[in-house]
Amino acid sequence: MQASEHRAAAAPATISVTCRLFARYAEALGRDELQLDLAAGATVADAVHELRRGAAGGVVPERPLAAVNREHAAPDTPLRDGDEVALLPPLAGG
Amino acid sequence: MSVEYLTREPIDAERLLREVGDDGRGGAVLFLGSVRRGEEDGPVVAIDYEAYEEMAAAEFERIVAQAREQWPEAGLAVRHRLGAVPLGEASIAVAAAAPHRTEAFAACSWIVDQAKHRLPVWKKERFEDGATRWRED
Repeated sequence: MQASEHRAAAAPATISVTCRLFARYAEALGRDELQLDLAAGATVADAVHELRRGAAGGVVPERPLAAVNREHAAPDTPLRDGDEVALLPPLAGG
Repeated sequence: MSVEYLTREPIDAERLLREVGDDGRGGAVLFLGSVRRGEEDGPVVAIDYEAYEEMAAAEFERIVAQAREQWPEAGLAVRHRLGAVPLGEASIAVAAAAPHRTEAFAACSWIVDQAKHRLPVWKKERFEDGATRWRED
């Protein structure tokens, strides 16, 4: 009981996620991976918003296709510390 | 069993058919999607395919698992080629075999559609003059 209270108290106010970029996005930004620090409780949309405040603003749209930990994810998907968020240009496989 | 869904080598269609073959499966369907040059495309000589490889493999796995639920008697095999694929060579292959042709056609068609919609794969056209262009469709 005491241990779980302790963990709750120690919950970080921020989380860090790995953001991966591919194809056109990676080429335009000159990198394919970066770390994003976000407020606890942040969603995919928040990660996109944070990224677009920088150089990605002209490259990544407001609502890009996204994946969290290698599965397609909606903008309101919550993120946890250590997650891998990928922003995907329009898919063109096959 | 580990399955290789992504390859940088030419796709061996015969091998896919062998993988899905079985004495109880009388109908086999093979779909090959190949690099083409339409009139609107200009002088394309190859397409470079790039993937979010870990996710593409996981997504293929999910697609095949969902297909197995719908067509439990079918044998299914899929491949997507990455890297430079020359004009006329296959970039994607799906093989489905089932006791009867209806299931084999249906499973193959469903998997191709799902792969098109869900795989994190991108293609960059390479032209005769060396220029390149991301193609999104």
